Amino acid sequence: MASAVFLRAAVALTGRFPALAGIDLIAAPGEILVLEGPNGAGKTSVLRACAGLLSITGGEAMVLGHDLRRHPSSVRRHVGMLGHAAALYDELSVVENVRFAVRASGAGVDGIDGALDRLGLAGRLRRTAVGRLSAGQRRRVALAVLVARRPALWLLDEPHAALDAEARALLGDVVTEAVSGGATVLLASHEPQASLPLADRVVSLAGGRVVGERSLSRAPAVMTPAVMTPAVVAPGVVAPGVVVPGVVAPGVVVPGVVADTKPAIPPFVVGDVHVA
Amino acid sequence: MWRDALLVAGKDLRIEMRSRVVLNQVAPFAIVVLALFAFALGPDRAPMVQGAAGLFWVAVLFAAVLATQRSFALEANDGTRDGLRLSGLDPAGIFLGKAAAVAVQLIVLEVLLTGGVVLLYGAHVRSYGSVVAACAAGTAGLAAVGTLYGALAAGVRVRETLLPFLLLPVVAPVLLAGTRAWQAALGTGPGGDTADPWLSLLLVFAAVYLALGVVIFGSLQESG
Amino acid sequence: MTRPVASSKRSTRLVRIIGVVAVVSLAATVWLGLWVTPPDKTQGQLVRLVYIHPPIAWVALYLAFGTAALGSVLWLWPRTRSRFWDRLAASAMEVGVVFTALTLVTGAIWGRPTWGVWWAWDARLTSTALLLVLQLGYLALRRVPGDADARARRCAVGAVIAGVDVPIVHFSVDWWKTLHQGATVLNPDLTPTIHGIMAWTLLLGFVALTLVFVWMLMVRYRIQVLSEVLEGAELEMALHERWAEGAPPDGHGATDAGPVAVVDEETPAQVGSRARGEQPAELVP
Repeated sequence: MASAVFLRAAVALTGRFPALAGIDLIAAPGEILVLEGPNGAGKTSVLRACAGLLSITGGEAMVLGHDLRRHPSSVRRHVGMLGHAAALYDELSVVENVRFAVRASGAGVDGIDGALDRLGLAGRLRRTAVGRLSAGQRRRVALAVLVARRPALWLLDEPHAALDAEARALLGDVVTEAVSGGATVLLASHEPQASLPLADRVVSLAGGRVVGERSLSRAPAVMTPAVMTPAVVAPGVVAPGVVVPGVVAPGVVVPGVVADTKPAIPPFVVGDVHVA
Repeated sequence: MWRDALLVAGKDLRIEMRSRVVLNQVAPFAIVVLALFAFALGPDRAPMVQGAAGLFWVAVLFAAVLATQRSFALEANDGTRDGLRLSGLDPAGIFLGKAAAVAVQLIVLEVLLTGGVVLLYGAHVRSYGSVVAACAAGTAGLAAVGTLYGALAAGVRVRETLLPFLLLPVVAPVLLAGTRAWQAALGTGPGGDTADPWLSLLLVFAAVYLALGVVIFGSLQESG
Repeated sequence: MTRPVASSKRSTRLVRIIGVVAVVSLAATVWLGLWVTPPDKTQGQLVRLVYIHPPIAWVALYLAFGTAALGSVLWLWPRTRSRFWDRLAASAMEVGVVFTALTLVTGAIWGRPTWGVWWAWDARLTSTALLLVLQLGYLALRRVPGDADARARRCAVGAVIAGVDVPIVHFSVDWWKTLHQGATVLNPDLTPTIHGIMAWTLLLGFVALTLVFVWMLMVRYRIQVLSEVLEGAELEMALHERWAEGAPPDGHGATDAGPVAVVDEETPAQVGSRARGEQPAELVP
């Protein structure tokens, strides 16, 4: 199967600075790839290059079958990007922003209401001007645009920043749904705890090049700092969404979200927990 | 392309309606410019009436610079600029949409300025047809060139000072022709001058730059 | 062969030859114009300006601006896009500014005794003045910092916008003066009748100034190429530093060409030259 993203020795310049100094990256369709690395390693540049925003001046670059070196703009319609700054107009309301983005990309407007509901932006928030929202809410709006547009390639740049626990869970669900619909996801992140559970593979970047790669079997569960509730349930009985320390052993099937990252509670190893 | 243009124009105008920058800032500025001209030309009405046509167009040009800058300031932050490029909109459509939004705002300003010139300078309009035609054609040309240069200077940090320097020389013919056409309409020009050749010049200017923008705007957005 | 060639013996010699011929023909024009040709009946000695003013004007508008506009269009057209056109356009515009300014100066000098003022809003002078401002605008755009490609794009579009304006400006200023009823005995026609040796001198003037322009253009072009060579060397240094960022902290990778997961054994130089574009720079010719 043709890969969704194929970069070989790709070089990209911003001004005179080589943001990408020879990157090799392959992502298959339906894969979730996490890019990690220190600041300035080139994670954002890889995402921008795949969106056709950063021109590739050396090597090969093919995204979704489009040659990025010759026609960088042809890939843009099929790509959805969640960047540091949200592509939203402050003066327009949430629904107006989403509607503009969706209509611009040629996607149908029927998915908008569903996307807004999914991300908790229904009701009063729909009509609020984006400029009045908090950073986390703006992230949600940007995410709603992606959900409504359903692009074939998702490029997420530090998506977990500014999101609260509930929103992070939502992000994980949304990403998983997108992938099961055939999309490919590239995710750049500084927070391994949040992003690793989603990943199929992790690529490490430094100095504009790839310095390492490893595969993970994907964990369907999303790691979130869970809410502690008193153990009203009896040992062996687990309620969805509740952490019961020490009760669940590796290999036990637990419905819902479970893992906890606080060191006091033995964390579950990724891969040992399966969603029923 | 037309669908995209309508979408972008609608978006720009809706933002203007919410933020009212052009209405609250650029319009008063234009009126102030008229007043400044009045101070410069002295308390007698005669020089003002004589120069009314030209002063009107100079004020329009200044307003056009501001309106163009505002149009691209809407996409000033990196997120929205990338967003527009990533949106999948046809670049020619983006051009026409933005130019249309600027043109609409300029027309509103011109109506205001016409009123200003009639009231403050005592100019007497004999032929509204010429006035309307000149303003329409001139505005289209101004909006087209402004949008082109606005996009050109968009990523540039010295944008505020660069844009007027680039824009004003190129639209000098609009000033020339518009003034002459207005003078014919106001009756302040040299005797026997008709507005027709000037109107056709304005139309040619607008047509040329609208066509150029449609062809070239995509190339402008290409840069990485 | 990956670095742009800064100069080749052949092209250097050609530039030198053109320079010499240009200077010689210019000297000949000056000699003929100042001493050999007769003064005009109506304008007297002033007519000698005709041997340089129209040629300078022609070079400024058609040759320089035309070359810049043509180069810009060819750069914008994807099939003919090449660094050569961008460099050519920028060089032509820069040299053209000098000629345009000279047109205004010689025009003013010519006009002063005839009109009594340094500047009359003569149709040709006015449109030349606007041309100068347009060219300065292009140069201002050129100075804006940014990567070479974006800059080339901006300037090319700027040149096209300005180029399309030139004929419009011409017509509008012309009509501005001539459609003005009761205009203008102020500006008598400056063009004298030309015959015999005057015609030959005028022709020589055109040739001489064209050669001067071509020579300056070639020299300016070479300076451009040299500065790009310098940028390329800077890019290689930057690549080296960038690779060093990725080296593991225990110093293992510090001496290698790069960090661990390297697919090709390319040196930064090769990566850099590939990044700059395939073809090495060509010097004129």
